[in-house]
Amino acid sequence: MAKIKPSNTKAVMALAKASLLASFRNPSSIVFGFLFPFVFILVFGFLGNGGNALEVGVLPTSNDDNPIYATLSEIDNIDLVEDLSVSELDEQLLKGQIDAIIDIQYAPSQGGLPIYDLDVQTSSASAQNGALFLSILDGISDKLTLNQLQIAAPVVEVNNTEVEGRQFKTIDFILPGQLGFSLLSSGVFSTAFVFISLKETLVIKRFFATPIKKSNIVMGEGLARLVFATLQASVIILVGKFFFGYTLINGIVTFIFMLALAMLALMVFLGFGFVVSSVAKDESAVPAIANLITLPQFLLAGTFFPIESFPEWLQPISRILPLTYLNEAMRQVAFEGASLIDVKYEILILVIWGVVIYALAVKLFKWE
Amino acid sequence: MSRKPIIKVNNLVKSYDDLVAVNGISFEVYENEIFGLLGPNGAGKTSTLEIIETLRDETEGDVEVDGFSINKEPQEIKKIIGVQLQQAGFYPNLTLSEVLDLFAGLYNVSINNIELLKKVGLADKFKAKYKELSGGQKQRFSIATTLVNKPKIIFLDEPTTGLDPQARRNLWELIKEIREEGTTIVLTTHYMEEAEYLCDRVGIMDRGRLMKLDTPNKLVNDLIDSGFTKEQEVKKANLEDVFLDLTGKELRD
Repeated sequence: MAKIKPSNTKAVMALAKASLLASFRNPSSIVFGFLFPFVFILVFGFLGNGGNALEVGVLPTSNDDNPIYATLSEIDNIDLVEDLSVSELDEQLLKGQIDAIIDIQYAPSQGGLPIYDLDVQTSSASAQNGALFLSILDGISDKLTLNQLQIAAPVVEVNNTEVEGRQFKTIDFILPGQLGFSLLSSGVFSTAFVFISLKETLVIKRFFATPIKKSNIVMGEGLARLVFATLQASVIILVGKFFFGYTLINGIVTFIFMLALAMLALMVFLGFGFVVSSVAKDESAVPAIANLITLPQFLLAGTFFPIESFPEWLQPISRILPLTYLNEAMRQVAFEGASLIDVKYEILILVIWGVVIYALAVKLFKWE
Repeated sequence: MSRKPIIKVNNLVKSYDDLVAVNGISFEVYENEIFGLLGPNGAGKTSTLEIIETLRDETEGDVEVDGFSINKEPQEIKKIIGVQLQQAGFYPNLTLSEVLDLFAGLYNVSINNIELLKKVGLADKFKAKYKELSGGQKQRFSIATTLVNKPKIIFLDEPTTGLDPQARRNLWELIKEIREEGTTIVLTTHYMEEAEYLCDRVGIMDRGRLMKLDTPNKLVNDLIDSGFTKEQEVKKANLEDVFLDLTGKELRD
C-alpha cells in the first residue's frame, strides 16, 4: 500500500465520516444491518425450539387415580393434555399436534386383582413419537406387573450414566451464521448501491475536480463500511449475549476474535460490492446481481445448517464459497473457543478470495 | 482590466468514437474576467470545460491553467479551481454544513461553514439537506462548494438553467460579487441576455468550433455594422420586464 500523506489522510477521513453519517441516516442500511439479523435469529431460533416433549391427550372420561397415570405425570418429557374435548383431541391427533390419546379405565376382574384397561390411539401424523410413547407405556406396564407379582429384582438392571454435556443452545449455532450473512449482504449491497448512486448523481465526478486521488475515494468508502460493519457485528453479538443468552465461550477474547474475523471477511465482501457496482448498468440492476452473489452463499455456506447435512454432490460447491469459511472460522472461535491461529486455514482461504476478487474489481471498476 | 491570460487553450481537439465534439479551438481567458462560452446544445461547450477542469482527457492540443499544463500537473490545477457541474448532486443524506466539511477535507483546508453559506444567502439552511432546497438555492449551494478552496478560477456549467427570473437575477449578482473578490469565472449559458449582462467577453461555439470571441458589445456592433436590422423594432421593455414588474425582483425561495 502506498504511503498516506497527511493531506490524503484528511481527505480519506472526511469522506469516511460523510459516508458513515449517510449510512446511519439511511433507514434501509439500519434495517438490513441491525434489525434483519434479529428477525432471522428469532424466526430460526423458534423453528428449532419446538421441544422434544411428547404431547399426550387424556380423554375427559379417563380415570386419573391409578399408578399408570401417576407415573406418566411424573415423566418430564411427557405433557399430558387434559383440558380438551374428545373431538378436539381427535382433531389434534389427526394433525400430529398431539402424539397419542389415552383412556385409562379401572376394570377389576377375576382374582380381585386391580387391572386397568388402557386404550391408546396414535396417528401416522406423528408415527415416531407415537411409537416412542407406546414403548414407554410397555415399560410402565411391565414394571407395574412385576410389582404386582411381587418380583423385586428384575432380570435386567439398566444403569444409565448421563454425561454432563455443554448445553448446545440454538442461538449459539444461529448467531455466528447470521453474523456472517449480514456482513456479506451489507458488504455487497451497500457498497454496490453507494458507488452506483454516487456515479449516477455525478458526486464522484465532482470529487474528481478536487485533489483527492481515486484510491483515496475507495479507501474512504471502505473505511466507512468497515466501521459500520464492526458496529453491526458488535451489536449483533452483544444483543445476542444479553437478550438471547448467546455463549461467548472465552468472554471478551472470543468477542475480539469474532470482530477480527468479521473485519477480514468484510474486506473480502467489499470486493464483491465493487465488482457488482462495476457490472451493474444502473441502480435497478444492483439487487439482481447482488442477490446472485449473496443468496447461494446464504443457503449453501452453512448459515443455518451444517454443510455436512447437505447432499454429497452439493458439498463441493459449499466448499468454494467464502462465506463457508467465515462461518466455519466464526463457529470454531465462537463455539469451541478456538484462537485465530487455530483457524488459519479458513483465514488463508478468505485472504485468497480477497486477492482474487480485488484483482477482478480493479480490472472491472469503472469510474464513470 | 488586466489582460493577463490565466487559461490558455491551444488547438484543442476532443473526439469520441466517431464524433468530433471539439474541433481545434484556441482561446485565452484573462485573469479576473467573467468569460462566457455560448452555443447550442452539442456545440462542445461542456467538453471544452471538462477538459480544462482536468475531468476529461483531450485528444489533441494543449491547455494551460495558471501556468500548469493539464497533462503534467492536473493535481496542481485541481487545487486552484472550483467546479460546478451541470446537474451534479451531492453526497446523499448530509446537511449542507456536513457537505462543506466533506469538501474542506477533500481540499485539505479549514473553512468557516456559516461564513460561506452566508455569502451565498443560505446561512439559515445550515442544517437543511441539499434535496430539500429550491432550484435557485441548489445552484447557490453548488457555487458555495466551488469556493471552499478559495480558488483562482471557478467554472459554472449552465448555472441558471431552469431557474425563475428572480432566482436568475439573484445568481447573477452572486457571480458578480465573486468576481469583485478577484476570482476569474468561466461559465456556459443558453441565455443571451445573461451573457450580455454578466460576461466581459464571450466565445460563441457551434459544432465543435469557436465561431467568434469578443466583448458582447463589440459582437453586437459588428453585426449591426454588417447591415443587419431586426425585423421588428425593439420596444423599450420586453415580457420579462413585465413579469418582473408584476412579481417583483425579490427572491422566492
